[in-house]
Amino acid sequence: MSVEQSYIDIYKQYGEVLKKNSAAPMNELREKAFESFERLGFPTRRLEAYQYTDLKDLFGVNYGMNLNRVALKEDFRCDVPGINAHLFYIVNDTFYCPAESEKALLELRAKGVSIGSIREYAQSNPSLVSKYYGKAAGCGSDALTDFNTAFAQDGFFLHIPENVVIEKPIQLICVMSGSVPMLGTQRNLIVLERAAQAKLLLCAHTKGELEQLSNRVTEVFVGENAVYDHYKLENTHAKSVSIAKLYAKQYTGSELLVNDITLHNGLTRNNIQIDIDGEHCQTTLSGMAIGDAKQHIDNATQINHNFPNCKSRELYKYVLNDEAVGAFSGKVKVAKGAIKTEAYQTDRNVCMSPKARMYTKPHLEIYADDVKCSHGASTGRIDETALFYLRSRGISESEARMLLMFAFVSDVLENIRIEAVRDKIRMLVEQRFRGELSRCSNCGVCK
Amino acid sequence: MNDNNNIVDKITKGDYKYGFVTDIETEVIRKGLNEEVVRLISQKKEEPEWLLEYRLKAYHHWLTLKEPHWAHLSIPEIDYQDIYYYAAPKKNAPKSEEEIDPELLKTFDKLGIPLEEQKHLAGMAVDAVMDSISVKTTYRENLAELGIIFCSFNEAVKNYPDLVKKYLGTVVPYTDNYFAALNSAVFSDGSFVYIPKGVRCPMELSTYFRINAAQTGQFERTLIVADDDSYVSYLEGCTAPMRDESQLHAAIVELVAHDRAEIKYSTVQNWYPGDKEGKGGIYNFVTKRALCKGISSKVSWTQVETGSAITWKYPSCVLLGDNSVGEFYSVAVTNNYQQADTGTKMIHLGKNTRSHIVSKGISAGFSQNSYRGLVRVSKNADGARNFSQCDSLLLGDKCGAHTFPYMDINNESAIVEHEATTSKISEDQVFYCNQRGISTEDAVGLIVNGYAKEVINKLPMEFAVEAQKLLQVSLEGSVG
Repeated sequence: MSVEQSYIDIYKQYGEVLKKNSAAPMNELREKAFESFERLGFPTRRLEAYQYTDLKDLFGVNYGMNLNRVALKEDFRCDVPGINAHLFYIVNDTFYCPAESEKALLELRAKGVSIGSIREYAQSNPSLVSKYYGKAAGCGSDALTDFNTAFAQDGFFLHIPENVVIEKPIQLICVMSGSVPMLGTQRNLIVLERAAQAKLLLCAHTKGELEQLSNRVTEVFVGENAVYDHYKLENTHAKSVSIAKLYAKQYTGSELLVNDITLHNGLTRNNIQIDIDGEHCQTTLSGMAIGDAKQHIDNATQINHNFPNCKSRELYKYVLNDEAVGAFSGKVKVAKGAIKTEAYQTDRNVCMSPKARMYTKPHLEIYADDVKCSHGASTGRIDETALFYLRSRGISESEARMLLMFAFVSDVLENIRIEAVRDKIRMLVEQRFRGELSRCSNCGVCK
Repeated sequence: MNDNNNIVDKITKGDYKYGFVTDIETEVIRKGLNEEVVRLISQKKEEPEWLLEYRLKAYHHWLTLKEPHWAHLSIPEIDYQDIYYYAAPKKNAPKSEEEIDPELLKTFDKLGIPLEEQKHLAGMAVDAVMDSISVKTTYRENLAELGIIFCSFNEAVKNYPDLVKKYLGTVVPYTDNYFAALNSAVFSDGSFVYIPKGVRCPMELSTYFRINAAQTGQFERTLIVADDDSYVSYLEGCTAPMRDESQLHAAIVELVAHDRAEIKYSTVQNWYPGDKEGKGGIYNFVTKRALCKGISSKVSWTQVETGSAITWKYPSCVLLGDNSVGEFYSVAVTNNYQQADTGTKMIHLGKNTRSHIVSKGISAGFSQNSYRGLVRVSKNADGARNFSQCDSLLLGDKCGAHTFPYMDINNESAIVEHEATTSKISEDQVFYCNQRGISTEDAVGLIVNGYAKEVINKLPMEFAVEAQKLLQVSLEGSVG
């Protein structure tokens, strides 16, 4: 029996359970998405988009799926000092509000902000959810997104009405946990209406040593003149599989910043697709990955410039050691008529060991003439002369290497606009380079 | 700006200057492809049994393959049964110049390659290929004295079967891709060059390919072998007459460079690109690959692509020998409804191998111009070094310029860099020239030529002149 078939059977057998434990706006798209998944099957390396990452076999593990929405009774204590954020959890794929955040939740709701479980909002306010749900991710183009749409039951929902600014960052801790291997199908929807502002920090973790597969789809709508920052930090373990897809739509004058940092992981596939559907938008996309042992990090990004006068900047950096594999494919597409577009893309990679591998695919597709677009990509090793310079000043080799690597990735960290988060992540990165297992201090999750 | 647009219109809608049909009787095998046709081609060429077997193996492999569709091209459906796979001028194998069909000579004159004059002028040996059969080879004797073999592929099969057998298909096996398999099954003729050990070829070797009979796919096969310490510079130039129906062209070029040998391969391709509405034109699906087999060997590809309705071409280097060097310099111009998906592959296998890629794309009209390249550094290729630069210039707002580079790095000591930019001709530059009394048309000519200079400079002189002319013909005066 093929890997797909087992999931097809689950869907056919438990489809009603799925729907019963969900809500209409999510159920509406389920059938179509499932049909599309049935037709496409899991992506293989034969597909251009999945050339460097074979995901099919990873679904072959006998994962548990929480279709009945059994309440999870786990007590988390995650107190990252200094960040001072609104803190929420997603355990596998279930939204969970800790006791200390309940007050903040009510305050935000009083301001007109809808924040909480997408399942609950889909039940209580179906018209609001269905207005956006699935509108950015679409259906039929990516089998894993369709898989998510077919199986998703819960996740994070955030809707910020016009002119509302959430000052404090929102921290969403996503934990994969369970006494058996679990498959989490998480679906997030984030909508910023006109001139709204928010910052979100998504931390992806795993608990325990078991295989865990997280298939997350996040849809983001950044309305006119809205400003949204999306930071993602992945700090998981070697047996975890993380598939994270971010679909964002930007409207006139909006600003979007996405920063995707992978510190520890097993196999990660990140997709970021940004559609710029209005003039004068600004987009900053950056990311970094630190890999050693047998980590596999695949970032695929696509920025579609559909309107004139927009600017995008993209910066990715990889540091690979041992037998780590890195892949980066970045596509910038400038549609016909999208003149005065400025799109710059940079990808820099360092391989530290003979067995580390790096695949790079920076693509430009341009259909308008009055544009400024460039991309640069390079893969190499640490500059020996720089290393010599530091050593000649009495710095030990390992310290010198650490310094150089840290300097190498520091401009990605500059793209974090919350000072406390930047400092925090900087510390984690430093720990990571020092070979210590980086973990958030006092964090009860990643013990 | 309006003026500029008029100039753009005038120039980009210019007709193909080299479009004419020569009337020479051609002998053809009826349309279509099957095992019998493959046997017939082989029989007509009086080929030995092993070559027929090679063709048949390729044909049977071809049947199992599907046409590739990964390129950024929209290829109209090709009916492979509606193509003539063999055509040869009937009055073949002339013994002396007087015997050459005067019509044919006229064709070459129109193209500006008078064989007579070239002998004295350029010191160039021209192996003129019209459709499938090699018509005339000059300077053969001079070259023979040095032990250099420069002849048509068929002659090579007859006279030097061991050499051909040894190298045929070693760089591009018939299993390589769809069009390579097709070519291996039905290839008609082409050129064969062998440079013996330690010989530096004293002149540029040149073949002018022309597609002549209507609806004849031309399937040449070029094989160049440079033995230890040798050097050769080979020129390939193409112009084709105007046609209504699209023609398929699927060639294979194989280069083998032994220890410390150097091969320089230059191409100017100006096949009929179709008319202003995108009707007709050549489909150019070529597999070109070089094997840097020996230590410190070097292969340099230079191409100026201005013609063809659809170009699908990736001259590549397999850098097997330690310290070997691969280079790729390309200017690709697309206009009207032309489509080009071209680039290179640099496969680093040996230690301390180096490669350099410079690609300049210019698109105008409604054309689509893509660079697609792969740099792969294998596990054992310590100290590999690559630098790639891909620039695109857009003239007009209805064309597209795309860059698809792939970098697969499996060795930490490799240094691989890629840079790409896309822009239009800057109005400041045009204004600067205008200010100094240079018309917009000339200014754009200057700027485009300056933009492509880096590549054109790599061409041998005779070719550089033609290439510059071609650029001017297709794009001079264009402002986006």
